[in-house]
Amino acid sequence: MPEKVVMPQLGESIVEGTVTGWHKQEGDEIEEFDALLDVETDKVTSEIPSPASGTLLKILVPVGETVPVGTVLAWIGKPGEEIIDADKKITHHHEPHETPDSESIIDEPIMQHPAGRNEELGYISPVVARLAREKNIDLSKVKGTGMDGRITKKDVQNYIKQYKSVEEAEVPIWETPADGDLFRPTELIFGKKMEEPAPDHQQEVDATPGETIALTPMRKRIAEHMVQSMHTAPHVTTVMEADMSQVARHRTIANQEVGSEVHLTFTAYILSAIISGLKAVPLANSTWTDAGIRIHKQINLGMAVALPDGGLIVPVIKNADELSLIGLAKKIDDLANRARAGRLKPDEVKNGTFSLTNHGTKGSLFATPIINQPQSGILGAGLIQKRAVVINDAIAIRPMVYLSYSFDHRILDGASADTFLAQVVDTLENWQ
Amino acid sequence: MTEITLIEAIRQAMDEELARDDRVFIIGEDVGVRGGVFRATQGLFEKYGEERVIDSPLAELSIVGVGIGAAVYGKRPICEIQFADFIYPAFNQIISEAAKMYYRSNGQWSVPMVIRAPYGGGIGGGLYHSQSVEAFFTHVPGLKVVIPSNPYDAKGLLKSAVRDPNPVLFFEPKKGYRLIKGPVPENDKEYTVPIGPAKVTREGQDLSVFAYGMMHHYALQAAATVAKEGIDVEVVDLRTLYPVDRETILTSIQKTSKALIVHEDNLTGGYGAEIAATIAEWGFMYLDAPVRRLAGPDVPAVPFSHPMQEWFMINPEKIAEAIRDLAAF
Repeated sequence: MPEKVVMPQLGESIVEGTVTGWHKQEGDEIEEFDALLDVETDKVTSEIPSPASGTLLKILVPVGETVPVGTVLAWIGKPGEEIIDADKKITHHHEPHETPDSESIIDEPIMQHPAGRNEELGYISPVVARLAREKNIDLSKVKGTGMDGRITKKDVQNYIKQYKSVEEAEVPIWETPADGDLFRPTELIFGKKMEEPAPDHQQEVDATPGETIALTPMRKRIAEHMVQSMHTAPHVTTVMEADMSQVARHRTIANQEVGSEVHLTFTAYILSAIISGLKAVPLANSTWTDAGIRIHKQINLGMAVALPDGGLIVPVIKNADELSLIGLAKKIDDLANRARAGRLKPDEVKNGTFSLTNHGTKGSLFATPIINQPQSGILGAGLIQKRAVVINDAIAIRPMVYLSYSFDHRILDGASADTFLAQVVDTLENWQ
Repeated sequence: MTEITLIEAIRQAMDEELARDDRVFIIGEDVGVRGGVFRATQGLFEKYGEERVIDSPLAELSIVGVGIGAAVYGKRPICEIQFADFIYPAFNQIISEAAKMYYRSNGQWSVPMVIRAPYGGGIGGGLYHSQSVEAFFTHVPGLKVVIPSNPYDAKGLLKSAVRDPNPVLFFEPKKGYRLIKGPVPENDKEYTVPIGPAKVTREGQDLSVFAYGMMHHYALQAAATVAKEGIDVEVVDLRTLYPVDRETILTSIQKTSKALIVHEDNLTGGYGAEIAATIAEWGFMYLDAPVRRLAGPDVPAVPFSHPMQEWFMINPEKIAEAIRDLAAF
């Protein structure tokens, strides 16, 4: 039997992926677990290993195509082996809002049975098709007791009961009659008829010579996030500067002490200072909701990492306040390296509560960063630069950095925001 | 609660409404001195006098026309059409005047009128005394169409109809006038049954039967018969045909996934088509079988010959057979 290669679910919230490259061609031999193809989701690119050893018989999804999770991508088997439905892409539809597999009885995603006449199973009624899809049931395993052996709703329900001996009692569908689309106004179901047409900038763009760069999933996501954030939160940016002398001194000594085990960067110190600031002003570690301002118990710090091929990604250090300076440094190292190599797990870029962006690496002094929603703030660190500063009425040369803090003015006001930022500066300037 | 007949419940409703509100009056053929051909108005002429229980000429057009005029003037007429079969001369008045008055006067005038009419066959009435006419009127916005199936609903719904600010067509299953008996609150003069909601009259899991009037009465009998065979039927009494209670219908379909619609009127273009369409449109994903209709055959009239009348009429046995068939699907 040929083995199918399906689009894997690369993280909890991932519903589709784009094939960005095949390592093998049709007819090539491949060993199980060898790299077979690359898949890009909106967050990361992953290498997908071959699920079996054999010959790559057929590639169904070409490079560049985006398909839902569960879609058959290719078949692997013995040369000349017949492939079932080779020309059809069998998709297993996951609705985005479904909690995947929590209710399913069979682990393996199986193809769905559309309503209507089915050669093997007889007539499939709409409710049977729907139940099978929702509960992920392979109908060929259900015994039909209806007319001419047709599978009835009761047959499916009995089958479900049989396999649901444990845990929660199933809620019959009629217990929640008001759910679903049944009783919603048609406007909500079919959308507004008259959408405002978008102003046509296309003609203007076409008139000027140039080339159009296709949008990668990442570019699209960044664009969506940035626009959404600017629309959602009224941004205010406040800037302070910090004298990094103490930090620099500490870092030189510490790097000698820990040796080559880990490289202590300024980022670790700044993250540590942010943690101290967030502890002093918990309001800065929060999310705006309609019900109220949600203060997060965890401090999960995101740090923006620029990627070699363009774009950026924000891996998250979960429970950053539980890590030592060295622990932070190790984590930063690990996440940044894997981010640049495209080997982050999708769950490692989620659930951040505050973010840091190091925009100074190319010389930028200060910036007005955009908040990474649904967080309430982001701190931008500029270039650390030796500057002449006045200390006790004397001019001194000190390594200085501008810290730009963009905050959501719905949540914080200037006073509370500056209290946070001052605490960050204070921590850095008086580093012990 | 005392057990009374359907016709007595209707008589009581009119008696109480005449007593409650002196704007209420009855007009129709033989409703006065004779007390109505079915005795629906018996004793009311003596009690309320000839100005409030009016014997009209044999002219349905004028019964309804007078009713509309009086209603616009502020009265609360109850027009009796002796047999629903005779309603057609008044069709234009009902459709073009009564139904549209409130709308075309932008809410300035309304027609708070009830038209009562006995409908249906099975009483040896032949062509002109057996017709079911509801489908002609359930197509018309501006009218309300009510068909009770038991004394409790008949009394409560008729009182609601009299008090309703808009025209209500109140069709009474004449075969059930003395056949159907049921409990009605004795001394509660203020109980009413709201126009609009349908009612689940028997809970079941296997399939839903939707019916009204005489057919609902029969559907309950059929459901009791097949229950002994292990078929668990849910019965829904639609009660108000227009506006129809879609939510109750669809909730029942979500539960049972199978629908049988029963009416005595002809199949094609009958009221059941609207229910079937409702289920197909909003309940499709819950269906486990095709929606079925059991209705009168598409012949021009209920035949007079007794065996032919029985061939035409839907009865509990025919409903039970249709239930068995659908349950086996």
